[in-house]
Amino acid sequence: MGLARRIIPCLDVDQGRVVKGVNFVDIRDAGDPVEIAARYNEQGADEITFLDITASHEARDTTVHTVEAIAREVFIPLTVGGGIRSVDDIRTMLNAGADKVSINTAAIHEPELVRRASERFGAQCIVVAIDAKRVDDVIVEGVATPRYEIFTHGGRRPTGIDAVEWARRMAELGAGEILLTSMDRDGTRDGFELGVTRAITDAVDIPVIASGGVGNLQHLVDGVIEGGADAVLAASIFHFGEYTVGEAKAAMAAAGIEVRL
Amino acid sequence: MSGTVAVIDYGMGNLHSVESALQHVGADQVVVTHDADLIRQADRVVFPGVGAIRDCMAEIRRLHCDQLLDTALREQHKPVLAICVGMQALMQRSEENDGVDCLGLIDGDVRHFGAPLTDADGQRLKVPHMGWNGVQQARPHALWQGIPDGERFYFVHSYYVHAQNRDLVAGSVQYGVSADAALARDNLFAVQFHPEKSHRAGLQLLRNFLDWNGTC
Repeated sequence: MGLARRIIPCLDVDQGRVVKGVNFVDIRDAGDPVEIAARYNEQGADEITFLDITASHEARDTTVHTVEAIAREVFIPLTVGGGIRSVDDIRTMLNAGADKVSINTAAIHEPELVRRASERFGAQCIVVAIDAKRVDDVIVEGVATPRYEIFTHGGRRPTGIDAVEWARRMAELGAGEILLTSMDRDGTRDGFELGVTRAITDAVDIPVIASGGVGNLQHLVDGVIEGGADAVLAASIFHFGEYTVGEAKAAMAAAGIEVRL
Repeated sequence: MSGTVAVIDYGMGNLHSVESALQHVGADQVVVTHDADLIRQADRVVFPGVGAIRDCMAEIRRLHCDQLLDTALREQHKPVLAICVGMQALMQRSEENDGVDCLGLIDGDVRHFGAPLTDADGQRLKVPHMGWNGVQQARPHALWQGIPDGERFYFVHSYYVHAQNRDLVAGSVQYGVSADAALARDNLFAVQFHPEKSHRAGLQLLRNFLDWNGTC
């Protein structure tokens, strides 16, 4: 027996409600985050990720209360991301009951935050979220190689930073895990962008969570077998009752992937 | 009756999850504290730990938690459960942070998983060892009650315990090496995994701890 590949349902939460958009627009309401987290816990989810997509800063208190409520009911690891900008923000979420905190834009503005956070709280609770988008191929001696760049603002703003290089740098600074989202695929249900998933899982020694684009259970299998992901994250396939976490695990097990059943 | 459970708080990281998991499985009262009187009066003690070992050891000593733990273990003979870095702190020495002396309550050391780490098939293994892995029970124990051999628990660590006296090993986990997942001696049970994050199996272990009379 070895380490199981993890299935992580993701709650995108806006002002205290779980929502899920297609390419970050056309947001549908999926319900109460505490109820949904408890349901996934019962179904055998290996972890829960909670992404706060609330734009306004005033709603942060709602987020803290929701995280507290989830942590009282759910006895599996809980990651909280969205709007984490400082060591204080991280402390607030860990004190509210998060086990890990996911840092995204703030790491781009201030990479040293990752180092400070990792030294202060331990690498095990620092996840760096990378939103990658495919850009023009790099041509070296006539051979085209795909290139992926980091984007911010829901995939609208390029940064010029190479995603694979960035993942390496974040691991060196002390990230304990990478949450990789393909902005080309997020919300499309076309499956993970396997090229960037494989490139990053091969480039770093820390675990990588694949995210963005899951539309069916085969996509989860592909993320592990072809992408090499240590964990797979999905939202909408679980929220609307299409599949349970248990069914997802059964499909992965049937494909020869070790899972916690 | 579980009585009062004292969760020793030496200021490293969030202990809410340990507290709420103990409450969830029916602890009469849980106190998260480094207050000497409260810990002395408690019926059971949990010794958790998160973070880097050097900082943990410094705070454990500064707040005299080492003496409180020793009293609970060897004078009061209370049931004690050590978790993760709490387990590592019981050993003589850790390789983490260029080598740190620990409490020396159990002979043995804490080692890095090493790199490159591979499994039996030569597959590369990532460090930290993060996620759900199976625990092989080395022998029966009250804390394994109702938990099948090989059950998966949630681990997150880059260093692992190796006890010198192999008779103390209550459970092991395979991750490139065979690591001690659980040690048991008299009224002490120590686990590398996080029972408070290990869903049903973890909650069952905590429930067993509340029922345990502290004999091995």
